[in-house]
Amino acid sequence: MSSLFRSGIFFFVFSLPAFAATLKVCADPDNLPYSDKAGAGFENRLAHVIGSGLHEQVQFVWARPRRGFVRERMNKGECDVLMSVPVGMRGVLVTKPYLRSSYVFVTRADRDLDISSFDDPQLKKLKIGVQTLDDEYAPPAQALGKRGMLTNIVGYEPFGKVPGKIVSDVANGKLDTAVVWGPLAGFYARRSRKKLRLTPVQPDHEGALPFAYDLAVGVAKNKPELVGRINQVLAEKHRAISLLLTSFGIPQLNSREVMEARR
Amino acid sequence: MLSLAVGCSKDKSSQQQLTQQGNASSAHAYQGKLEPDDGQWIRPAKDLASLRYSTLDQINTGNVKNLKVAWTFSTGLDRGHEAAPLVVNNTMYIVTPWPNMLYALDLTQPGAPMKWQYNPRPSTSSKGVACCDVVNRGAAYADGKIFYNTLDNFTVAVDAEKGTEVWRTKLGDINRGESVTMAPLVVKDKVLVGNSGGEFGIRGWLTALDTKSGKVVWRAYHTGPDKDVLIGPNFHPYYPQDRGQDLGVKSWPPDAWKVGGAGMWGWISYDPETNLIFYGTANPGPWNAEMRPGQNKWAAGIFARDVDTGEAKWFYQYSPHDEFDYDAVNENLILDLPINGQTRKVLAHPERNGYFYIMDRTTGQVLSANPYGHITSTHGVDLKTGELQYVEEKKPRFGAVVRDICPAPPGVKDWQPSSFSPRTGWIYIPHQNLCMDEEDLDVNYIAGTPYVGTNTRMYAGPGGNEGRLTAWDPIQNKMVWELQEKFPVWSGTVTTAGDLVFYGTLEGWFKAVDAKTGNVLWQFKTGSGIIGQPISYRGPDGKQYIAVLSGVGGWVGAIVSGGLDARDPTAALGFANASRDLPKVTSKGGMLYVFSLP
Repeated sequence: MSSLFRSGIFFFVFSLPAFAATLKVCADPDNLPYSDKAGAGFENRLAHVIGSGLHEQVQFVWARPRRGFVRERMNKGECDVLMSVPVGMRGVLVTKPYLRSSYVFVTRADRDLDISSFDDPQLKKLKIGVQTLDDEYAPPAQALGKRGMLTNIVGYEPFGKVPGKIVSDVANGKLDTAVVWGPLAGFYARRSRKKLRLTPVQPDHEGALPFAYDLAVGVAKNKPELVGRINQVLAEKHRAISLLLTSFGIPQLNSREVMEARR
Repeated sequence: MLSLAVGCSKDKSSQQQLTQQGNASSAHAYQGKLEPDDGQWIRPAKDLASLRYSTLDQINTGNVKNLKVAWTFSTGLDRGHEAAPLVVNNTMYIVTPWPNMLYALDLTQPGAPMKWQYNPRPSTSSKGVACCDVVNRGAAYADGKIFYNTLDNFTVAVDAEKGTEVWRTKLGDINRGESVTMAPLVVKDKVLVGNSGGEFGIRGWLTALDTKSGKVVWRAYHTGPDKDVLIGPNFHPYYPQDRGQDLGVKSWPPDAWKVGGAGMWGWISYDPETNLIFYGTANPGPWNAEMRPGQNKWAAGIFARDVDTGEAKWFYQYSPHDEFDYDAVNENLILDLPINGQTRKVLAHPERNGYFYIMDRTTGQVLSANPYGHITSTHGVDLKTGELQYVEEKKPRFGAVVRDICPAPPGVKDWQPSSFSPRTGWIYIPHQNLCMDEEDLDVNYIAGTPYVGTNTRMYAGPGGNEGRLTAWDPIQNKMVWELQEKFPVWSGTVTTAGDLVFYGTLEGWFKAVDAKTGNVLWQFKTGSGIIGQPISYRGPDGKQYIAVLSGVGGWVGAIVSGGLDARDPTAALGFANASRDLPKVTSKGGMLYVFSLP
């Protein structure tokens, strides 16, 4: 009896590290380049970088981060972190940014359109792909609408079955150009057989409307202690993270905040 | 305006509070003509003049306290039930929200058992394009058929006796954001149908179909060139700003009229004397007004059209370049009223922008436009020019904070129809008291992509309670009495010759009010919040019945029926903040209630 009892205790103590802290990461099961169930997205990979830095085991919680998601699920304790949220998003705590990216004009290299501004007069004659969402403003749609180019816009769903379609439609000529969020554009442009050109929208904001955003890790409100710890990991592993993002084709802008965070 | 609080309902749980005018307006019996009442209810508004008045008087102020449930019928659905039941040839017809089932109930049998059901099998994807819950506002009977619309843009005609489909016609495309939620109006041999979806870049229209074949007879667009709008040589708007060639193109940025919204999802009235139909057009699109500089014709206004040809006779724009989602689709009551010693043929229209318009229906002239709720977004209507006077600092500007915009987008009143009593001469308006703040831009993150949203938050206006039932004197142009409710009164009203007004609350109370005094005489708690349109009819046994669908939902009740999160104040286009307590007091579920005296 007593030896069995002891071995029970021993077993329990021995296996403790496996139970120790788990980092619960909410991630979309099917939304590349961000994340998928197979672990092929940059958010999957980033989660493991951060998990190992924190010495915590990463556990993915599959969830589609739609409207109301943060309140309904994340802050109810279903997960600790979201891998990429824009700094300034309400409802979550945010770490220091690890990436600054931008909406980009996607064009075919062989057409040499060279568009970087919404004021480019060529746009008035072009079919422009934009992802839209009913009562939210996709920043490019707002900029085009203000310039009277509403009917130049071809709308795409942000979470359709084929999120890369907006990029492939530029490649196959259905669109002349598309204004697409950098990480999505970069990832699908790389897979395109036709050579595509990505040009960040310049200037990077228009009044109160930004076209470039700092991205950080979003932390659940009930885990404030995680913010400082993740900041430390982001600073320590900034080179690895930057390489990881590059390997996904994600356009990275220089940002004072991102640079400072790396110090 | 001197007003005093004079009483409360006996029910302490209710928030209602009655206000009466200090110098009470006296009732004045209506002198105009009324359509004869055969005790049936063949269209949501009952008569073509949209008065919703029942001449039945078995149930009256003296005996209404004895009103009891006679029978009930469950729809088994949990979305918003906005429809009016119909009663034709001793059969009751109910149209449900999506999937838009049609039920026929046999009133000659005890408990009104089901005669048949008809399933139009609407597309599932149409649910995604309906902006404000998947509602349906009802059907119409004519010529042995029940006509109604499905969310996925079909108009169907169903044999009223057998329940078999006679024809179905597709009128729009869900892939372009179109849906249909309105109840059609049948005039002579035409079914009149309009589209919804101003939030999704549609181009609005009203279409007339042949009752026999379902073929489209005419379609009038609400944006674009005159030939599409059916504007020709007989178009004579009263005010100069509505005159000119192709204003449906010129009052927009280039090509923006193609996605300019201006659907038609509300009510149509018909005047046999002039052979004209009258109806309002919805908000211009996109919602963000900065993207569509110009007056945005023919959105947010009213058309008078010849019913046979669709030809436009006059138009008036209530809210030019609408910035606040003030659709103009509310009902127009056709009345002949003594004004300045003359009998005028008028339309009485409680408009979403907060003014109660009395208009000459032969010319489109605005005779008066007095506020019937709290308004900060505009100063008033200039009766000389017909122009709405906007308050510059209340205009939403992208990225700016604007507070205390009243009324909020649902307006002082939304689609929920009012009724008229010829015995008092007053109009009974179910409506709301809502203001909103437009706050800073908010960075959102959806499926990995940053978006920007303006934060719209709605809340109760002055007085605190969000709902109102107002008795309005259309001759003296003022409120006579007013009841307050905690939540917007999102149900229709019906008025009876028993001097009663019936309406429902979002908590689920169905109430009978003394039409003269506003005192609540009877109430019954139904299973869910009420956003339906009550009716009054004579049963095969000769008794008077009152019927209403209970089942919360719609824009206001989406927080319950759609399971939205009460802590997201901007959900349901900002309405969730105003209705955040609603899930605590009601739950979803559609049920028909029919009441009678024992």
